[in-house]
Order: sequence, then C-alpha cells, then structure tokens
Amino acid sequence: MPNARVSHLPRRAQPTPGDVAPPTEAVETLRGARLSDVDEFGRSERARALARQFFDPIYRSWFRAEWEGLEHLPAEGGALLVANHAGALPPDAPVIMHGIETELHRPVYGLGDHMFRDAPVVGTVWSRVGGVVGHPDNAERLLRDHSQLVLVFPEGAKGPSKTYRHRYQLRRFGRGGFVEIAMRAGVPIIPIAVVGAEEAMPSLVSFPQMARRLRLPYVPLTANLLAFGPAGAAMWFPAKFRLRVLPPHNLGEKPGQARYSRSRVMEASETIRLAIQEALYEMLRVRRSIWFG
Amino acid sequence: MGRRVLITGLATFWGGRLAQALEADPSIDVIIGLDDREPTVALERTEFLRTDRSYSILARIVRATGVDTVLHTFLVVDSGAPEARAMHDINVIGTMNLCAAAGAPGTSVRTVVVKSSSLVYGSSREDPAFFREDTPRSHPPTNRLERSLIEVESYVQDFALDHPEKAVSILRYSNVLGPNIATSLTRALELPAVPSIAGFDPRWHLVHEEDVVRSLRFAMDRRLDGIYNVAGDGLLPWSEIVALAGKRRWQLPWLGIEATAQALRAAGVVNLTPDLLGVLRYGRGLDTLKLKAAGFSFRFDTAATVADHVGSLRLRRTVGSPTPAYRYEEEVEQFLRRSTAVVREPTLVE
Repeated sequence: MPNARVSHLPRRAQPTPGDVAPPTEAVETLRGARLSDVDEFGRSERARALARQFFDPIYRSWFRAEWEGLEHLPAEGGALLVANHAGALPPDAPVIMHGIETELHRPVYGLGDHMFRDAPVVGTVWSRVGGVVGHPDNAERLLRDHSQLVLVFPEGAKGPSKTYRHRYQLRRFGRGGFVEIAMRAGVPIIPIAVVGAEEAMPSLVSFPQMARRLRLPYVPLTANLLAFGPAGAAMWFPAKFRLRVLPPHNLGEKPGQARYSRSRVMEASETIRLAIQEALYEMLRVRRSIWFG
Repeated sequence: MGRRVLITGLATFWGGRLAQALEADPSIDVIIGLDDREPTVALERTEFLRTDRSYSILARIVRATGVDTVLHTFLVVDSGAPEARAMHDINVIGTMNLCAAAGAPGTSVRTVVVKSSSLVYGSSREDPAFFREDTPRSHPPTNRLERSLIEVESYVQDFALDHPEKAVSILRYSNVLGPNIATSLTRALELPAVPSIAGFDPRWHLVHEEDVVRSLRFAMDRRLDGIYNVAGDGLLPWSEIVALAGKRRWQLPWLGIEATAQALRAAGVVNLTPDLLGVLRYGRGLDTLKLKAAGFSFRFDTAATVADHVGSLRLRRTVGSPTPAYRYEEEVEQFLRRSTAVVREPTLVE
C-alpha cells in the first residue's frame, strides 16, 4: 500500500523579487574519479562486453539468429522495443539485446520484474548487463531523459509461463502500460516478432500451486529437463532464431501529459499486439523446420 | 533590518555547521541556537539557549526574539546516533512544538526550513531507480525512524497548508559523507573490511556535508517552498565506494542478515542500522531536478564526495584530528558577547 503522506506540498506562486536573495555564485561541480563504469541505472558497458563475449557463440552457432527489418531501428533517440516473450527460461531477451548491441552498437536496457533484485548475485548481474526494474518512472527516464533503447515484454510472465500447445499465441498485453510510457516519453514503439524462443525451452506442464508455494511466477516441467536432466534447467534447445523488426508505431500524442485516454492506450496496445501476432503467423507460414528455419 | 534566524539542535553536527556558515553573512542580524547540550563548535556571535529536547518553550522564545526564519536541523535521521533513544521526543514532539510556535497568531516567522531525509522513501525491490518528491513509497515503513520522519513531514505539510503565506520547505537528504561527519555509515566505512551483503551491490546516492549546509542556506535565502530531494550527481555501486576507500568488502550472508546485524551491534563491532541494511540491499536514488531547477548547483558529485571523505579519513589516520577539539565555556562566551571590555568593530553605517 503506497503511503499517501509522502507527497507534494501545495504549489504556490514564485516568491516576489524582493524576497529573493541575489543569485548565489555559479559553482563548478567537482567530478570524482571513477573506478568502474557502472552507470546510474546499474548497467556497465564492461560487464556487457563480457556478457557479449560469452553469449556470442550461443547467438551465432546455437541459435543462428537472423534479423530482418533492422533499418526500422533508429541510430539515435529513444525508442521502446516491444517483443513477444517465450520459453521457460526466455532466451529472447539476451538474443534481442545482443543482436541490437552488436548490429547497431547501441546499448539496450531491458525492463524486468523486480523479483530479480531479491536474488543475490543474479540481481546484481542482471542489473550490470542492462536489466532495469519495470517501473514506469525508470522507462520514461531512460527513453526521454537519456534517449536510450528500452526493451519490454508486455506479456510479462504470462508469456514464458504458457505451455507448448499455446506457442506463438500472444497473451494479453497487460493494461497497456507500455503504450502510456511511450506516449509520455514521446518516443515511437518498435514491435519485434521473435520466432525460436518457444522451441528453445518448451514447457510441457505447469505447476501453479508449487509456484505459489515457492513464490515464483511459474514452475514448469520443460522438455529440456526430460532431455538433459537437471542441466536442462539452464540448457536451451538449438532452435533457429528469426527476428523481424516491424515499422515504428508513432503514437501521435503530446508527451508529458498527466494522463492519457484509456481507450487510446488500449487501442494502440491492441494494434501493436496484432501486428506482432500477424508477423509471427507470417514467419511461421514460411518456416520449414524448427531447427533450420 | 537584517534577518533573525533560529536554529534547532545547535550542538548537533548540522546545527553547529549551519550556525558557523550563517555567522559569516552580514545580512543576518541575529542567530539563536537551541539545544539541551553545549555547542560543539566555536561560534562567534550565535546566541546559545539551553532548552529541553522537545522545545516546549519555543513559542515564548519566538515571540520574545521576533525571529523571521526557523531552521529545523534537529531531526534524528540515523538510528545509530546517540540521540536516537529520544527519537520520538526529538522528531515528533519537537516538530509539533516548532509548528505551534511558528504558527502562533501574530508570529514573526515567515520562513521554515526542515532538514529531513530520503529515509521517508524507504528502500525495497519495487522502487524506481530514482525517487521524485511525489513518488509514493512502495511499502509502509517497518522501522521506528522512518515512521517518525514520515509523521514529522506530515505535520510540516499540514503546517504549510494552514499557513500559505509562509515559505515552508522540507529538504530530503540522501546519505551524507564528508571530512567531518560521523554517522553509522562513516563508521562502517572505517572498518578494515566494510560490511556488505553478499551477492548485492546496490547503487548509492551520496551528498557532501558542505552541500548539505549550502542547500539549507539556499532554501532559506530563496525562501523555497515545498519538498526537495538533495543528493549529488551520479550514483556509485557499493563495491566501488569500498574500493575508493581502499578497503575490502566483508561479505555477510544475505539470509538472516537482520540477525547478523543485531549480533554485530550487540558485540559492538558495527551498527548496521535497519536504514543502512535497506540501502545495502536495494540502494536508493533521488531525482534532484527540482532543486537544480530552483537554481542550486552542487559542489561535489557522488564520486567526489567519496574521494573527499576518504582523503580526510587518511589524513586523520596519520595526524589525528586536524582541527583542535572545542569546549564550550559559558563564562567566556558570555563575556565575549556582552562585556563592555570587548573591543567591537564599529558597525558600518552607510
């Protein structure tokens, strides 16, 4: 429950000129020397470079990721990247981040659930490689004030928790919060359709009661566990990855408004969801093999 | 006529520093400092008045002295501080009496500045990377200190609503470092191995003690109105702060950290207060745009704050305290302020 007591004092007119003391002298800020390159969101380019080095063989040889429509990604300026989310341990986030960082040489921040922060080591590593808590404030700040690329999966945990028979059928896109973020920040939404993540770690059965007891979003039995034993918890199948960047979706709303029309938000959210869903169907229509694309 | 200023908590670190800074300003006629202990720093012209900790006689003092500005620096913001035992009296009752005195009919008070803390935001996993002044807490407070500060702020906000003609500002400070400050945080940084929670390396937002005094003066001079976050530019991971201090981390297990902290406190090793544990786990960032937009600029960013703190720590380790210890002697101070034998510089009259 948020505490209502911590809030703004009422805004009042500026003090009259007579009240104001002469402006204080301009002070130069002393900048201390840094030892690390961890930025104010916790991301470190050095940590990213290390992660890329580690992930590159997986990206190139295991998933053999191929992109189309990369020209839709801007070389500069903020944009909200929206993709479908799948696989019990979803490989789509690292693949998208790795792909864009190596192709465009632009950092990508990934919005994620705050549960990551509770896990020791995992939370710190997640933050260093570009993970940020999916708080609307964080997204807006990155998009508007820092003009960065921000990746979000509006399905949230509903995407990776679905079982194999629902593959490539997008779940609902929450309450459209991601659209409101883009509207407020005044940046385009760029949808990305990902094929391959579903087959990299398919969930066969889900155990919601056990998940509740363990306080995890979902506990699945994956085909990987059957195939590789316990190692399957962290081992993907070598499904062929194809990623399609769709044309940017400009929302045409004035940025920085206090509120946006619910119906506009839901309409845009649904349009983007359908665009990704359509693209997925199209890509699956021409896919000859799960493993060779 | 120059300004007449009243400072609460003159014997505390902040009250003393602020009084020293104000003494240099010729546009301030009178500086009155309240505390139940004697001042700990040398003061030239500040009038020290001994009161109880909750300022029950404040209304009389305000009426008698006709002060126009009240600087409320005496709030406990560190549950490891020696005053923390009397936290409720100091924070809650003290602020209530202060509001009553500053709001009494016919009072001369026009400006109130309250030195609060970013503890009112708490620290949890759901938090945004930066708190704006209007960002709500993610969870209700669980410790006494945070609860008391939130209560204090709510009184001050009610006071501001009831007195729209007065400039009332609340400054929320993040953790402070600097050459002279001593808090639970600085004591932790002085240990040979600095306590950390294993597997967690949160972002810290710091502010330099000099910028704290400067911003309090700024709020007073500009008659700021409303809530303002105060913290230097940039955030540093805890590991980097420890490395800048030339120390190693002492990795404490995250499971049962509260019990570990309690044991360390009981053993007298280090006081990892609940307020520190939260930040050691999740960190806390403040959005300081509002204060900067009002015209304030910081002298130190977070990294420079750490560097300055560490430098003076090294100096102190080698040569001891660079400033001689001060002892308040009432007769001497009274003599210097009142006696006709003291040669005073003639006041300049234009």
